[in-house]
Amino acid sequence: MKKSFFTLEHARQLTEDTYEVVLSGDTSAITAPGQFVNIELPGKFLRRPISICNWTQDALMLLVKVVGDGTRELVRCVPGTEVDVLSGLGNGFDPALAGRHPILAGGGIGIAPLYGLARRMLEAGLPFTVALGFRTGKDAFYLEEFAALGCRLLIATEDGSLGTRGFVTDCIRNVPECDYVLACGPLPMLRAVHGLPQLTGGQFSFEARMGCGFGACMGCTVPTVNGYKRVCKDGPILFREEIVW
Amino acid sequence: MVNLEISLAGVALKNPIIPASGTFGYGREYAEAYDLDVLGSFSWKGTTAAPRLGNPQPRIAETPCGMLNAVGLQNPGMDAVIETEVPHIAEIFHGPVIANVGGFSLAEYAENCRKLDAVEQVAILEVNISCPNVHAGGKNFGCDPKSAAEVTRAVKAVTNKPVFMKLTPNVTDITEIARACEEAGADGLCLINTLLGMRIDLRTRRPLLANRTGGLSGPAVFPVALRMVWDVYEAVKIPIIGCGGVSSAEDAAEMMLAGAAAVEVGAANLKDPYACKTIIERLPAVCAQLGVDTISELTGGAHHG
Repeated sequence: MKKSFFTLEHARQLTEDTYEVVLSGDTSAITAPGQFVNIELPGKFLRRPISICNWTQDALMLLVKVVGDGTRELVRCVPGTEVDVLSGLGNGFDPALAGRHPILAGGGIGIAPLYGLARRMLEAGLPFTVALGFRTGKDAFYLEEFAALGCRLLIATEDGSLGTRGFVTDCIRNVPECDYVLACGPLPMLRAVHGLPQLTGGQFSFEARMGCGFGACMGCTVPTVNGYKRVCKDGPILFREEIVW
Repeated sequence: MVNLEISLAGVALKNPIIPASGTFGYGREYAEAYDLDVLGSFSWKGTTAAPRLGNPQPRIAETPCGMLNAVGLQNPGMDAVIETEVPHIAEIFHGPVIANVGGFSLAEYAENCRKLDAVEQVAILEVNISCPNVHAGGKNFGCDPKSAAEVTRAVKAVTNKPVFMKLTPNVTDITEIARACEEAGADGLCLINTLLGMRIDLRTRRPLLANRTGGLSGPAVFPVALRMVWDVYEAVKIPIIGCGGVSSAEDAAEMMLAGAAAVEVGAANLKDPYACKTIIERLPAVCAQLGVDTISELTGGAHHG
């Protein structure tokens, strides 16, 4: 964990409610894809935990869905705004455990950490398929960025306006050799993916309302097979076999 | 050179700043951020006899100038804390520790405190008769002067350590409870715990917290806490730890002027893990501005001008 100021470089609108936010600053505390940052916002007491989409030595990329006042404040910040950030929070994905045929499965804003994960898996020479689900084609974002990675990319939309009609689980079923999943998305999606019989293992990223984001307040604890875990500190990534729905 | 030392019922602290129970765990997470030895003390997470899993999710909500929590005293239980956390605390903090003790019966409070009597690092027992987030079949002990006095007596009978009773603000007259604790032998008081509150999610039309209600903390409660510390200072002679919404060295000084001998910092730690360290570093400058070279002179300073 590191507390430092980042400077907002730009906030680019991707869909009606989703933005790409790029900040510059010291990212040395970030050690794995799937970690998150906790951002202080003007007029808000609690910080807002936001998944890290990608990072370089001195830049941090976030995909932000506007869900309330706090996130609206963030995407409205003008370039040059200084933002107080706790960075490098949470455990992150471990791609080394992902086996021979992993699939990176994301739903909606949950696709964010999969982009940074995909880039690092490519760099490590690990094979993978990406499956992204959205409500409609209008809600889809970051497709060009994922496509530019050159990996196998499957898309599902609920109304069929883009890619397969259905859910990200339908994409996964179409890849029968896939036996491991690295997933992030809304709870119903995670649950559906978790139940796919073709999987032998997986890592699932959870979200929670957090107090501190670094394990002190016990605000975000959830039951697991291995006892209670703090989503912020022991997660946000939980392994398939320890998840209790 | 400003002297920041204070004394709490005979326990010397190098400065008056104490992270408040429930916002600091058992110190582990903060020890990764800074050297805890800068602290006057710290009050560990409210600990009950049996392990507690706490309340269902969500447990946290934003409020204007603060937050609600309904954690519900999640803790590993007294035996596990003494076995696992106490030896670890010995590695990360070398000053006197305040043990926050929860309970659901007189017998449980007494047993928890008896177990801690032999723990050398624990210098003060802070007896929590005020958690708003647990339901023990009725009002908590801190809402009734007679019950508060009973807990105080039960605990005093089994320990030689100073006993500070942690009071709830969710009462009509906090001075009545404070006096009852003092008469029952309390060595000090800590106030306030959180204020009972709630939020409703407009989208679902349901309470935002799974527990329906939660405890309000943060800057929003600071003036309420300050007023209660003022009133209780006028009502009792035992030392007071002021707690509630303190976020800066200036707030800490204000709390001391109202009557606090020491100051607990709670929700501010969650927003800024370095909050206590920053406040301690600022204290000498604030004392200099106030023209005092011994910080303990501030205690109650606003009452006799």
